[in-house]
Amino acid sequence: MIALEHVTKTYPKAQRPSLNDVSVAIEKGEFVFFIGPSGSGKSTIVKLLLREIQPTKGKIIVNAREVGNMRSWRIPNFRRSIGCVFQDFRLLPNRTAYENVAFALEVIGKTQAVARRVVPEVLELVGLGGKEHRYPQELSGGEQQRVAVARAFVNRPLILLADEPTGNLDPDTSIEIMRLLDRINRTGTTVVMVTHDSNIVNQMRRRVVEIEGGKIVRDQPRGVYG
Amino acid sequence: MRLKYVLSEVMVGLWRNVTMTIAMIITMAVSLTLLGASVLLYLQVDRMRDVYYQDVEVSIFLKTQEVTPEQKAAIESDLRADPLVQDVHFENQQEAWENFQEIFASAPELTALTRPESLPESYRVKLKDPNTFDQFEIKYEKYIGTGGIERILDQAQLVEKVFTVLGSLQKLALIIAVVQGVAALMLVINTIQIAAYSKRREVAVMKLVGASNWFIQAPFVLEAVAAGFIGAIFAYGTLVLAKIYVFDGALQPLTSVLTPIPWTNVNLMLPVLAGAGALVSSVTGWFALRFYIRV
Repeated sequence: MIALEHVTKTYPKAQRPSLNDVSVAIEKGEFVFFIGPSGSGKSTIVKLLLREIQPTKGKIIVNAREVGNMRSWRIPNFRRSIGCVFQDFRLLPNRTAYENVAFALEVIGKTQAVARRVVPEVLELVGLGGKEHRYPQELSGGEQQRVAVARAFVNRPLILLADEPTGNLDPDTSIEIMRLLDRINRTGTTVVMVTHDSNIVNQMRRRVVEIEGGKIVRDQPRGVYG
Repeated sequence: MRLKYVLSEVMVGLWRNVTMTIAMIITMAVSLTLLGASVLLYLQVDRMRDVYYQDVEVSIFLKTQEVTPEQKAAIESDLRADPLVQDVHFENQQEAWENFQEIFASAPELTALTRPESLPESYRVKLKDPNTFDQFEIKYEKYIGTGGIERILDQAQLVEKVFTVLGSLQKLALIIAVVQGVAALMLVINTIQIAAYSKRREVAVMKLVGASNWFIQAPFVLEAVAAGFIGAIFAYGTLVLAKIYVFDGALQPLTSVLTPIPWTNVNLMLPVLAGAGALVSSVTGWFALRFYIRV
């Protein structure tokens, strides 16, 4: 599903590479944590998988497509197969929960009729039934992140990328979000989550890939934060 | 749905930043007006050239005294036999005086003092091709002075001077149009970037969920196109008013010199300016966004 083959990424003007000859393979339906201290290169992986940046060296394959040298006009279509959740939620403040999710559908050309059918369903799935017409500032942090998860999942992507999704949430709320991601994973969606929340990693007991200084130092099935 | 979305985004975008929109439209309108004026002047000079050259003559003025009938006969037979010449008309002193009275009717002191004997006789020659004047002149130079000819005058050269003036006016209008156009384009770039910045959250989400590039950019580019289009309509309106009130109004007495500008030409400016305004602003807008909204 996802494969990094000898990937090196050096940012312009950087002294040392953020990722240094990293190889990792993730199968369909897996749930993988990328852990490591700040600046270890975790977030670089997310950006590479989204093709926000290109690798300096190596190959990145996502959904059987080579991402590294993908032509820029193919990128939008490629991103439709990946859902994305971030620490800062990235919701539109002037749109309701429903509208935030529907927006993601409308801008990729889905009709309002489709949105009316699919959006309440996915909001129900993330546990926001009845709060469709609240604005983000009327929702708690956890609820806002649920809206973000709903938006990421509404297209039924093959992969869900989560970049520190619990970074702004208290431990209890974090666990709720993790349960949600777990449910999404059980539908067959591959989940890749970047985090440095040791509690979460230790509780979930899923595959852990630890990165330090741009290198993979540990890759353990059913691992802990260590 | 997508069209409705794009159009409503365009309207919202134009309203959100209404002062910039107005500035953009005004500079566009000024630039396009001058562009239109320049094109009209260009077409006009061509038309005037056609009209003028139908009537231009070469005037061969004879000396006012001491021209013998033999000299006249020699010149005239040369002219009649000349393959360059289409038509010859001899203007005697009486006719010259009558023409003089007509031309200077507004200066009665002058006409009162002038007698037929003081005006030269002349041959009015119409050349088959006005551009052959140089060849024509060489043949008759031998008559200048002792042959009885005072001087040979080509009206076409006078006409050319008028065209030179009109030509520089046209170039001036074009230069100002370009300078204004650059200002308009900078405003377009600025406005689009402000619009893109004020919608940066939406743009970020759209990129994230995989909205196509044209879908992200279209509302911004169309904002610029709308401004260019409205500017073109104002520019056309200005040209119409200029024709009605300036050329057909204030400059009415000069229409014999400045042949009237036909409505078909003025109306042609609407699609030309609308096309130019829309094309230039869309290309500029698209370029501005390429550097601003990277995928």
